[in-house]
Amino acid sequence: MLEVINLSCVRGTRRLFTALNFAVNPGELIELRGANGSGKTSLLRILSGLATPAEGEVRWAGKNIRSLGEEYSGTVAYLAHQNGVKDELSALENLRIACGVAGNDLSKVDARAILAQVGLSRQQNLPARSLSAGQRRRLALARLLTSKATLWILDEVLTSLDDTAIRLSRQFIGGHLNKGGMAIIATHQELELSADRMQRIELSK
Amino acid sequence: MFGWLVWRDLILAWRRRADVLATVFFFVIVVSLFPLGIGPERETLRTIAPGVVWVAALLASMLSLGRIFGNDYQDGTLEQLLLTPQSTYLIVLGKILAHWLVSEVPLVIIAPLLGLQFGLSQNSLAIMVLSLLLGTPVLSLIGSIGAALTLGLRAANVLIALLVLPLYIPVLIFGTGAVQASVGGTSPQPYLLLLGATLVLSLVFAPWATSAALRISVE
Repeated sequence: MLEVINLSCVRGTRRLFTALNFAVNPGELIELRGANGSGKTSLLRILSGLATPAEGEVRWAGKNIRSLGEEYSGTVAYLAHQNGVKDELSALENLRIACGVAGNDLSKVDARAILAQVGLSRQQNLPARSLSAGQRRRLALARLLTSKATLWILDEVLTSLDDTAIRLSRQFIGGHLNKGGMAIIATHQELELSADRMQRIELSK
Repeated sequence: MFGWLVWRDLILAWRRRADVLATVFFFVIVVSLFPLGIGPERETLRTIAPGVVWVAALLASMLSLGRIFGNDYQDGTLEQLLLTPQSTYLIVLGKILAHWLVSEVPLVIIAPLLGLQFGLSQNSLAIMVLSLLLGTPVLSLIGSIGAALTLGLRAANVLIALLVLPLYIPVLIFGTGAVQASVGGTSPQPYLLLLGATLVLSLVFAPWATSAALRISVE
């Protein structure tokens, strides 16, 4: 489904990676590893369509993602370093508005159910400003769960989560893969996922 | 989706209403300084009124431009918006509409009150409101290009002013022209038509240019 062909990325005068090739198919997981500053986030941003590579291309179902545009955005969920959570809105509002803007309206009942799933039931009406770093990450996870995307691109998904939340995210990712979804995950921690097909890509400095 | 986006920005503006009020007060104070500084000469005040109100509106709208994308850029919601399966043109248009409703409409509402200080007739006040109604959306539209281009830069606010103020000149000329014509007793219609044309033109091109600028800034 997703093919990465001869990809290179340049940041300033530094070449982060060159001639990167890999493919992801339904049910597959890619674990992206590498030291700080090795270009993991840059790669994920290119894959999500936010950044353009210096050379090479990314193809989705045989077509360059540049030419697919919004059609591609609909199949990708990108969880970045920043959670994309609005401080002024409550957890519930954050989730419902993010879904509404993305074009899949979420009823209040459904939104509450998903917040309960990530363990934010009691905080649903608190402004996101007063949530802890881990709780904000959980909120971002909740958004991920509502998306209908087939490809999950996750940047350091486990940072600032506690043990329970880490277990939960593993469970979510596992469920997503079992349903035929794909995931590309940059991480420093062990994912401990028992996906049948898992590749590990190591970016070197 | 469009409705959700505008609704979102309206709620956010309401929760940060101090920002909005600051813009409105700035407008009120700048306009009110002129009668105080120039003195109560009726004829003079009436002649300068259109220019003063319009220039103050331009400056006040400059103040709020950084907020169109700035906050969303910082907390990462802008990236998420750009990654939704919607056309960037529509997203940008929604954000501009919200900015106009939040930052420009209050100016249009309060302008006739300020015009009273300059001894403008009722007819001229009505023309002023009409010209502002046609002209302020153009300010938001053109301003969004500058806001998108300067996103994430250090001296963003100064740069926006340098980029955008020259582009505001046609709006300023047509807007003040309309009010001046009505003060002088001639028809303001040609100026209003020109303002309308500027609005249509910027409605078509500005969101497109802003989308392109956003893509570059986010990268």
